[in-house]
Amino acid sequence: MEEYDEGGPEIVKRFMYVNRRPPHGTIYALECLEVVLITAAFEQFESLVFMDDGVYQLKKNQDTTGIGTKNFSKTYRALDDYDVERIYVEKESLEARGLTADDLIIQPEILPTDELREIMAQQDIVFSS
Amino acid sequence: MLHLINKSPTERNSLDSCLRLAQSGNAILLIEDGVYAALAKAAHAEKITSRIDEFNFYVLGPDVAARGLNDVPLIEGITVVDYEGFVDLVTENDVTQSWL
Repeated sequence: MEEYDEGGPEIVKRFMYVNRRPPHGTIYALECLEVVLITAAFEQFESLVFMDDGVYQLKKNQDTTGIGTKNFSKTYRALDDYDVERIYVEKESLEARGLTADDLIIQPEILPTDELREIMAQQDIVFSS
Repeated sequence: MLHLINKSPTERNSLDSCLRLAQSGNAILLIEDGVYAALAKAAHAEKITSRIDEFNFYVLGPDVAARGLNDVPLIEGITVVDYEGFVDLVTENDVTQSWL
């Protein structure tokens, strides 16, 4: 039986998290963010995509005091410190909602669908939420 | 009748179904993720602007603020209400329908 070699070279895979839901109506956005922060400890190549209603997660000036829930939107600013390599926003999704880069709490790479498709095709593992 | 919409118009068809079935003069209150339907500059704004004279549209302020939409224009003619306004709408209408 082949033994697991703990001293062997680490395998780094390309993880992509695809966010397609708005932030507060369901738990999906917060749960995905938590998974990203936890997975960061394993030093994989992580990227996040915000498309469809997922772009609303990055809207700046969110204030949840009136609805009594956690305002986790500021945590997206910390993704840099967790070595999340790439954050992408689909240009078409942003524009369809009347939003621009200035409306966002971070400065992601805003890419058209064609470019995002290429990057998505290069991933080893894709999580969707 | 009061109609409650709590789903985003670009995620579910709740608003479409409501607008198809509601009677002229009815009240429609956007809450939770339904507030995204009130974005004036969004491509989907036409769903409401084209019917603005037919229904009384309301949007729940705390849900607007939670989603960071206080600094973007909402569709003209939609009335922003707080939780007390929400209660008033429920008591003023004999029937409340939630389009879940």
